[in-house]
Amino acid sequence: MSHINDTQITDAVVAEHGLTPDEFQMVCDHMGRTPNYTELGVFSVMWSEHCSYKSSRKWLKKLPVDGPQVIQGPGENAGVIDIGDGDAAVFKMESHNHPSFIEPYQGAATGVGGIMRDVFTMGARPVANLNALRFGQPDHPKTRHLVAGVVSGIGGYGNCIGVPTVGGEINFDKSYNGNILVNAMCVGVARTDKIFYAAATGIGAPVVYVGSKTGRDGIHGATMASAEFDDASEEKRPTVQVGDPFTEKLLLEACQELMASDAIIGIQDMGAAGLTSSSVEMADKGGVGILLDLDKVPCRETHMTGYEMLLSESQERMLMVLKPGREPEAEAIFTRWGLDFAVIGKLTDTGRMVVAHEGQTVADMPLGPLADGAPEYDRPHQPTPKAAEFDAGLLDGAPDMASALTTLMASSEIASRRWVYEQYDSMVMGDTLAGPGGDAALVRVHGTQKALAISTDVTPRYCFADPVEGGKQAVAEAYRNICATGATPLAITNCLNFGNPERPEIMGQFVGCLEGMGEAGRTLDFPVVSGNVSLYNETNGTGILPTPAIGGVGLLKQLDKAVGNRFTENDLQIYLLGDGNGHLGASLYQRDILANDDVFAPPPVNLESEAKHGALVRQAVDKGLLSAAHDISDGGLAVALAEMCIGHNIGAHISVEGDIGFWFGEDQARYVLAVSADKAADLEALADGLPLSKIGVTTGTELKFGDTVTISVAQLHELNEGWFPALMQG
Amino acid sequence: MQASVIVFPGSNCDRDVAVCIEAAMGKAPLMAWHGDSDLPKSDLIVLPGGFSYGDYLRCGSMAANSPIMREVVAQAEKGAAVLGICNGFQVLTECGLLPGVLMQNKGLNFVCRNTRLTVTNNKTAFTAQYEAGEEITVPVAHNEGNYFADDDTLKHLQDKDCIAFTYAEGDNPNGACLDIAGICDPSGRIVGMMPHPERRAEAALGGEDGKRMFSGIVEALP
Repeated sequence: MSHINDTQITDAVVAEHGLTPDEFQMVCDHMGRTPNYTELGVFSVMWSEHCSYKSSRKWLKKLPVDGPQVIQGPGENAGVIDIGDGDAAVFKMESHNHPSFIEPYQGAATGVGGIMRDVFTMGARPVANLNALRFGQPDHPKTRHLVAGVVSGIGGYGNCIGVPTVGGEINFDKSYNGNILVNAMCVGVARTDKIFYAAATGIGAPVVYVGSKTGRDGIHGATMASAEFDDASEEKRPTVQVGDPFTEKLLLEACQELMASDAIIGIQDMGAAGLTSSSVEMADKGGVGILLDLDKVPCRETHMTGYEMLLSESQERMLMVLKPGREPEAEAIFTRWGLDFAVIGKLTDTGRMVVAHEGQTVADMPLGPLADGAPEYDRPHQPTPKAAEFDAGLLDGAPDMASALTTLMASSEIASRRWVYEQYDSMVMGDTLAGPGGDAALVRVHGTQKALAISTDVTPRYCFADPVEGGKQAVAEAYRNICATGATPLAITNCLNFGNPERPEIMGQFVGCLEGMGEAGRTLDFPVVSGNVSLYNETNGTGILPTPAIGGVGLLKQLDKAVGNRFTENDLQIYLLGDGNGHLGASLYQRDILANDDVFAPPPVNLESEAKHGALVRQAVDKGLLSAAHDISDGGLAVALAEMCIGHNIGAHISVEGDIGFWFGEDQARYVLAVSADKAADLEALADGLPLSKIGVTTGTELKFGDTVTISVAQLHELNEGWFPALMQG
Repeated sequence: MQASVIVFPGSNCDRDVAVCIEAAMGKAPLMAWHGDSDLPKSDLIVLPGGFSYGDYLRCGSMAANSPIMREVVAQAEKGAAVLGICNGFQVLTECGLLPGVLMQNKGLNFVCRNTRLTVTNNKTAFTAQYEAGEEITVPVAHNEGNYFADDDTLKHLQDKDCIAFTYAEGDNPNGACLDIAGICDPSGRIVGMMPHPERRAEAALGGEDGKRMFSGIVEALP
């Protein structure tokens, strides 16, 4: 039988591995010879867009990543921030777009599993999962199948492992018909003095493999995630991994147990590009070399080649470097949990990755070029042309206020997501103070009186119309959602989903969104501590809307001060914080009421106002003034008010007058605040010149605008709840 | 009194219920490992929610055959109070301590939400602090909570006052026979229920209706 490394490295073989001729030449230069087949495979995954960020790195470097709250910024498995009292929040968001389109259940499930491993690898216990999902048009023939599969996969994994799924977002748009987005975020909590990193040090230290056995699943998943789709993409099903949440639960508990000791030097999960990327990253970060003996790797299939073992993306596996001599105690823990444990190599001083299999050296490569040697591309980028301002002429013959509001409440963007989130266990762990359906989720830090506020946000239609403003807005909305609970925003993770970066207009969207995101992060003191980039979300040359999803995390120091986003009783004074000019460009009103898809400028974001208004809301919550607070976003003021009424079936009488723009405009930096009458004066005094105006009062069970428009809250509720079940029943 | 929480591989509500027991009892329960064949004599044994052994066979069936369960059954027969919540209820039916079976939800999906329950029997070891017929709110979170038993068994449950909780009218989340949310043995010492009282045992989590399960049993035991 001929060895896989006897395969001739032809131009076609190189192309199949996704390397360009120039990149291949660079590989040959680094190697000082032509790589063999196994080495080519390793280089191809390490240099894939997914692993190397070769198109995005130049721009990612411009994001704000520092702050006194930051313990670990981008570059590790997850970001780490200080939340006081020796506690840290550890979090990251990651995409699993390509696999979820091909095989929605397993794609989504393994996305959830992968992001949780990133978090618990750092020594944290995962405490909350969120998901930012984008699907195609509701009536597209594949949408129902994809929604059902993705939701079921997220629930199947998260419910079993016992980490609550507490929030997220879902959008529908035709640009996702051929490329859905599944972005999974996980937040964990650790002690600041027990954070674990990937870097491996100590020549001779044992390299240990734990978790599931290795199979042939997911080989070249990272390469698949770095290419466009075409009509044959569904044939790529074998590159999708299969998840086993039960094993991950055992792996989590075993790792936590071992982490309580001091036996671990470095630890890294085997995610994209599996054993290859974990060993390369650990050894490279530690500035050492690594020797792997593949004969020791636990396999669940026979006759696997070294190539397959190195590139497999089988799930629920970890690589660790232990202090020499600590293997027996570690092995005892993993064996007790019924998991594989194998010493598969050791650290060396060579600066190279040397791989042995069946008595032969099957790969011998310099680590530096593998980890950091991928070319950094400054791809041509064409700025998105400035969009025109909204054409007010489109409002001629617009429907009346009541019918516009009832239509929006039952629209794909605003409709209740109950059908989805009731399939997720949102309460396990006993610390979910506010689960799905609020502005931000609130999760108590176990055993304390403080809570994390978590939200995922982006408005892709804004990003498409104006990437810079859209990038700002995504950060600003996460900031607002966190402030609305009373929490202080601390840091963000991002998941940057775009089309093909080799097209200048797509690269222009990317550059624009990052510029806006960076500016917002700097102004709002809301740095980026982790993230992920997913490019090539295109099918047959059609790209998705630019979707730089943001996951924000904030801290509420006293959880009993938290406020919700629903009216709680009658006779509350309703205030509008923030002002605007009724901005309808790129609004939901334009899309769903006017049924107009012209590109108009989205609402501009005034970051100074965001900061000031956010601070006011936080102060008001801290002083116990507010009964409810809700950020104004999709659908504008009218939708925000309707949502606040629905929760407890409490109506409102809105006494101010306004035009369509006033009710449905999506001007930024705005909140609706509800305050009991005896505290209204204190709130007004606190506002101290900021635009705060009283607009109405809670009363009865109808939402009334002036004396002319009256809608029953029960009807709004029914419309809002009805859309999703109707979609899924078909 | 001695309380024990059994930890199976895949249990994920073990900590949550231990928190509630500690709050009620002033002392942390023993966390007992599924693979052990010894269980210190316990007055209260709790089988927690989760996905024991991944639920990869029928839910609860592998756990029912784990070494520790022989001890649980033996102590239950000698009078220990046993509470099975969610996956724990499934284990109790699989090991024969309670009759019937938990099938997949009628809607075919996992469901996690608050449900309104009627306390049908307030004379069990766990429900003495509720009024008979009292309506309480306790969340469910399961994929296999659809209680089923043959007609004779259902009649027996009714005749012997062995239905502990039912879902309030119109709030049955899974299609369970007779709206059954929880049952007990004729002695009232062994209770299995799909809803999670440990998730609604403090005001910060939305309500305290579940708390009286734990304070009730602590009061009832020596």
